[in-house]
Amino acid sequence: MEFGGERVLDSINLDIEDKAFVTLLGPSGCGKTTTLRIIGGFQKPTSGDVLFDGSSIIDLPAYKRQINTVFQNYALFPHLDVYENIAFGLRISRLSEAEIDRRVTEMLASVSLRGFENRKITSLSGGQQQRVAIARALVNRPKVLLLDEPLGALDLRLRKDMQTELKKIQQEVGITFVYVTHDQEEALAMSDTVVVMDAGRIQQVGTPEDIYNEPVNAFVADFIGESNILDGTMPCDYKVRMFGREFECVDKGFAPNEPVDIVIRPEDIDIVPADQGLLCGTVTQVTFKGVHYDTIVDFRGFKWLIQTTDFCPEGSYIGIRINPEDIQVMHRSEYSGLYGDYSSYSAEYEELVEEETEEE
Amino acid sequence: MKRKFLAAPYVVWMLLFTLVPLFIVIYFAFTDSITGAFTLNNLVSITDYATIFLRSIWLSVAATLICLIIGYPVAYTIAQCKPKTQRILHMLIMLPMCMSFLLRTLAWVALLEDTGIINNIITSLGITPLPLIRNSGAVILGMVYNYLPYMILPLYTSISKQNPRLIEAAEDLGCNKVNVFRKVILPLSLPGITSGITMVFVPAVSTFYISQKLGSPGTILVGDVIESQFKGAYNPNLGAAMSLILMILIFICIGITNHFTKNTDEEVMMS
Amino acid sequence: MRKASKVVTVIVFLFLYVPIIVLMVASFSSGTDLAIFKEFTFSRYAELFKDTNLLLLVRNSAIIAVLSTAVATILGTMAAMGIYSMKGRIRSLVMGLTNIPMTNPDIVTGVSLALMFAFTGTVLRLQTVLGFWTLLIAHITFNLPYVILNVMPRLAQMDPNLTNAALDLGCTPIKSFFKVTLHEIMPGIISGALMSFTMSLDDFVISYFVTGSGFLTLPVEIYNYTKKPIHPKLYALFSLMFIVILILMVTMNVLQARSGSAKRRLRAGKEAA
Repeated sequence: MEFGGERVLDSINLDIEDKAFVTLLGPSGCGKTTTLRIIGGFQKPTSGDVLFDGSSIIDLPAYKRQINTVFQNYALFPHLDVYENIAFGLRISRLSEAEIDRRVTEMLASVSLRGFENRKITSLSGGQQQRVAIARALVNRPKVLLLDEPLGALDLRLRKDMQTELKKIQQEVGITFVYVTHDQEEALAMSDTVVVMDAGRIQQVGTPEDIYNEPVNAFVADFIGESNILDGTMPCDYKVRMFGREFECVDKGFAPNEPVDIVIRPEDIDIVPADQGLLCGTVTQVTFKGVHYDTIVDFRGFKWLIQTTDFCPEGSYIGIRINPEDIQVMHRSEYSGLYGDYSSYSAEYEELVEEETEEE
Repeated sequence: MKRKFLAAPYVVWMLLFTLVPLFIVIYFAFTDSITGAFTLNNLVSITDYATIFLRSIWLSVAATLICLIIGYPVAYTIAQCKPKTQRILHMLIMLPMCMSFLLRTLAWVALLEDTGIINNIITSLGITPLPLIRNSGAVILGMVYNYLPYMILPLYTSISKQNPRLIEAAEDLGCNKVNVFRKVILPLSLPGITSGITMVFVPAVSTFYISQKLGSPGTILVGDVIESQFKGAYNPNLGAAMSLILMILIFICIGITNHFTKNTDEEVMMS
Repeated sequence: MRKASKVVTVIVFLFLYVPIIVLMVASFSSGTDLAIFKEFTFSRYAELFKDTNLLLLVRNSAIIAVLSTAVATILGTMAAMGIYSMKGRIRSLVMGLTNIPMTNPDIVTGVSLALMFAFTGTVLRLQTVLGFWTLLIAHITFNLPYVILNVMPRLAQMDPNLTNAALDLGCTPIKSFFKVTLHEIMPGIISGALMSFTMSLDDFVISYFVTGSGFLTLPVEIYNYTKKPIHPKLYALFSLMFIVILILMVTMNVLQARSGSAKRRLRAGKEAA
């Protein structure tokens, strides 16, 4: 897929299973919205095909696809009231008035908007508009529902509530949801399958647990959650070498002495007295986070983030232990070396600061 | 806040030079031209001009409808162009509005005359010349020509500011191209249609030059009569009465238009 | 359907420009009939520049346009600020007042002002009231709403915290207007002023009723000319005016396009950061 001469999507190959909740996750401009628009029929890829139930729908215009969309910022019709917005698609397919009324009423109930029938769109709150947009799409009983950053315009609290509600709705109607977001927490919480994208390419497809526990490259590891990404080598199967020491691990299948990226999640590290540690370093910064402390530890000039419930004062010399299954070894990729250590750590997490709406 | 007093000079000015003059029109309409005494004669004698009023309304309604029918596709086409082309076309629509409408109307006389440009071309092709001028058709043409930009511009504004996502949403919900137009583009451009109709109808119904040049004595319009009351047969009281009736008629016509497009008005205010 | 729309568009543009082309062509013809092109000549332009009377009319029109635009812009901008801080009933009353000259037909505006001036004249026992001053008053009156309707949306778009920030940083309300608000609403002021200027320059109907023989503008005199056989030097004047307005519009367009793309770049830069 090219766009204005720029390659926006590159060799996307994605299978979406029936009745799954699939999330396209990535930073702004990664091509996730473009992918969604291709599925919806609003854009045509320069090459490639879209198959639906085994047959190509690439030449089918949007209005003939059994797919409906919940747009970013909803795109509700300002000249129609809530009822007419929801009834829009049903009227186009010329259902009987009684049938339309039955289905719209039912839909209004399931998104808890009973009594809002004749309200103007402009008089609704963000959360209510969101619900109308979902109802308007679902009332047509599509096989697939596409959702483009549907919670982007809502505040944090409402967003959390809507996450649960959306998941509930998806289980009730039992259809495929394809969901686009840049919020990794949202993606992990709601999806059956997460598709991590960057620079127009799919980086990893997997269950939320897979994506979090076994990222395939440094990009995925960094984008999803907090992680210490380290340089190392694999002398042989089940052994990884870093900081001049060998550690036990559960990975295999690498070439002998292959340079690798190693991910260790901050919460998987245990702090022990210095003499019992596999590695020893000095605590340089401690921030209280509620459930745990964010502790920055300097290991020979490389700063790690450790999330622990044990308080270690700044300046103390400590040791750490890592279980073999908590060491994730990844092949080197173009992202290797891009993500440094935590020497510029700030008490705010990155993803909480980033509050952008994207227009791809 | 004292800021609202910044508007004081303006309010005083507008009261003095728009509201007071309107009351003076009313005063003149109800007084005798010689004695200055109260009278209803001016308003009563307007009934003599009923056909002229009716003709003015009928010709300008026709011109307004033609403007709407040919202006809509133009506005729509411009709104579909690339931004750069849109700016150029928008400018080209505005440009004639800034040029002397008297001379441009005169050019139409030269085009439509019995020995004018169009008839010259027609006769050179061996066809008998057509009676193109000094009839109601020519007056309607003059109105359409002069006021068409006033229809296209508001239509263009209301179409071009529509959110393209709404069109996609309609397609997503099963609309083909025709239905997208009928169910989304057209209703959303209703405010543009209303203001276009007003902006064409008001000057068309009150014009006083077009029919003098392109029409015949049989197509005299209200504007011509009002003008002659002030500049020829000096009877400002009758002229004032006619102006008053014209204002009321326009008020009613705008009211009717707004009645048909009522739903969208509130949205215009909100956005 | 789209193809049909395009055809209509092309025809409409032809329709709008054919009369203009007819006039421009006639300005180079040695004949006097608009419909017949005789011989090619520049002499119409030479005659135009020798006609001091016509040039005086151009000057009169320009004076009225400049003065009325200046007064209407200042008064209108002040008014827009005032109206913007009003609320409810009073605000809609004042906006209603603003809409009177917009919805009233020109002929009624002209007639009503003419009647009022005549009435005042009789009361004050003046011989002739109609002339420069009445013309200027009328032009200011119909220009004011254009300024207000262009400035108000700008004020509405402005972030109210900008003024607060200026006050917070030590500006007096007047200083904050000149340093912050004025800058923000400038595009609205400029487009309002330009609209007023062209409206005033081109106005015939209202001017025709409110001015006397002492002070004529170009459109009014053109009307008097068109009653008798018209002199072709007017076509030359028309063509020159067309060129001037075309150049003005193209320049504005280029400027707008530039500021537009600069803004877009700025926004793109912000997003990247």
